Amino acid sequence: MNIIIPAAVAITVLVSIPMMLQWERPPMDSKQQGYRGTGMVQIDNPRIKAKQAASIEIPEAYDPAEVEGTKASEVYENLKVLGDLDQAEFDRLMFAITDWVSPDEGCGYCHNEENLAEDSKYTKIVARRMLQMTKAINTNWSNHVAETGVTCYTCHRGKPVPQNVWALDPGSRQAGGMAASRAGQNLGAPAVGLTSLPYDPFAGNLDKKGLIRVTAPTALPNGHTPHIKDTEKTYALMMHLSTALGVNCTFCHNSRHFANWEQSSPARVTAYHGLAMVRDVNKTYMEPLVDVFPPERKGPQGDVLKVNCATCHEGQSKPLGGIQMLKDYLTELSAAKAD
Amino acid sequence: MAEYQNILTRVQVRGEPEMGVPAAGDAWPRDGKPFFNYWVGKIGNAQLGPIYLGWTGTISLIFGIIAFEIIGLNMWASVNWDPVQFVRQLPWLALEPPAPEYGLRIPPMSEGGWWLLAGFFLTASILMWWVRMYSRARQLGMGLHVPLAFASAIWLYLVLGFIRPLMMGSWSEAVPFGIFPHLDWTAAFSIRYGNLFYNPFHMLSIVFLYGSALLFAMHGATILAVSHLGGERELEQITDRGTASERAALFWRWTMGFNATMESVHRWAWWFAVLTPLTGGIGILLTGTVVDNWYLWGIKHGIVPPYPDVTPGVVDPATQ
Repeated sequence: MNIIIPAAVAITVLVSIPMMLQWERPPMDSKQQGYRGTGMVQIDNPRIKAKQAASIEIPEAYDPAEVEGTKASEVYENLKVLGDLDQAEFDRLMFAITDWVSPDEGCGYCHNEENLAEDSKYTKIVARRMLQMTKAINTNWSNHVAETGVTCYTCHRGKPVPQNVWALDPGSRQAGGMAASRAGQNLGAPAVGLTSLPYDPFAGNLDKKGLIRVTAPTALPNGHTPHIKDTEKTYALMMHLSTALGVNCTFCHNSRHFANWEQSSPARVTAYHGLAMVRDVNKTYMEPLVDVFPPERKGPQGDVLKVNCATCHEGQSKPLGGIQMLKDYLTELSAAKAD
Repeated sequence: MAEYQNILTRVQVRGEPEMGVPAAGDAWPRDGKPFFNYWVGKIGNAQLGPIYLGWTGTISLIFGIIAFEIIGLNMWASVNWDPVQFVRQLPWLALEPPAPEYGLRIPPMSEGGWWLLAGFFLTASILMWWVRMYSRARQLGMGLHVPLAFASAIWLYLVLGFIRPLMMGSWSEAVPFGIFPHLDWTAAFSIRYGNLFYNPFHMLSIVFLYGSALLFAMHGATILAVSHLGGERELEQITDRGTASERAALFWRWTMGFNATMESVHRWAWWFAVLTPLTGGIGILLTGTVVDNWYLWGIKHGIVPPYPDVTPGVVDPATQ
């Protein structure tokens, strides 16, 4: 008897300590974003936010190019995208791209250094397409990227392959035969915040227009057909958004009616265009490159690596903490009409 | 002996085991040689057994084990029979109902067939257990309060897994068998049908659920507080109010103006508990069948409080 209560306390403490190590300590910053009492508050851990901000190292922008009036296409061969740039601007951009994408590998990551004009490396074909993509994003998707825009560094962060990408996910191996399929759920996947929701919320949502709007639009049944499993897929995608941006649901939604736009914050409109932009990037730029990439640069199903919200955002509601890199490279990466 | 019938009692009675009244007319005898356990005695009666199994209990246990095995083995198969992953991922694993495209048809075993089979065995097991409770209550000449209360829980279970899917025309509307997956299902269910908090029957169910906890705390605390005066002999005190009963009644009449009686408090508790799944089941049954979005339904009927629009001008981009 005398030992039971102390033993119970000891066990509780021993079990709690490892659990508490997973938690974040107070105090948290809480910022009201909606009408009082609606719980529309953004809660941030200031220590994590500070660490995130400190971890961002932006390569210093090169001095503005001294334009001399010689077009790059007059000097270099085989220019298909950047030929209209001034030679000085072109050189400046090439150096910047090396800093942004392959600082360790250097020019040779894309170019045959004996003959820079040659298209012998797959990386050069990809890089050319990515330049077109960057221009297209900065020109056509200002409803998502606004004036901040994107550069190669927004996603690459000094790595040839951006850290957060996705490919079709077959999930871990299941027993075959008559055994029940897990129906694309129940793995505790990091992509969906360690929930048991569908572990691949991207396929069907970020490569084509999926069924995201699941909540009934009318009070009474009126032919609205999405099922609960469709809802779980949307829920999973929203978990990805939330994790990728480091925000709560209420950053965009009033949780008393997620579907309602009038009570949502303006950020939801930005996110809506972001989803459309990601779809466009995957469909127009990533998927057509599937035959260019070597097998080791593809997903387990042989599909191309694709982008999602985390590719640029990396846990921040504004990628790179909102730092505007594009302003130093406007001529090179935006002004040209996207094709 | 004042301490005898309390939790963590220091006195445990040992003697010839109590065998119960003769089992007249039972096809099965009570099984097992009774024995005493000190630690069980700490939280209740130290005597364990004999137990009445009967054919309903036997079938219930067999069917229950079959359902448990179907669910468990399919979960294990979903991690490719890896024992470590089975333990590690157990809270995430599930046996999923069929996909929407199967409607109410019988899908292949791997696509939800096992779910239907597990559901059948689990339901049969639960219903047999109910019959057993009913027959034991009749046999002992008791009222039917316990089987009726259990029936209320079975009602909610059947609505979730059987009646509502039938009405919606799809097994996929039903709940998966799994720890986290059934919770995610619950959250998704509420989002799909426009926030269950605006469902009046859900509101009632919550009232009765929280009310049950409150009543349980009040009643348990009251009786423990007067047990040194014999307060735990509640039924005797219904007809012969002793000082424990008087003091308990006075305590509540002085603190909140009203007191339940030794008898009525149990009716309060029974109705609150029974109404929790009863109203909850009605709320679930109405969802998707007659109401598709509870929030919009609430707007229509004036139960959604309006808030000032502090971020005006946000409109659905798809409509522009």
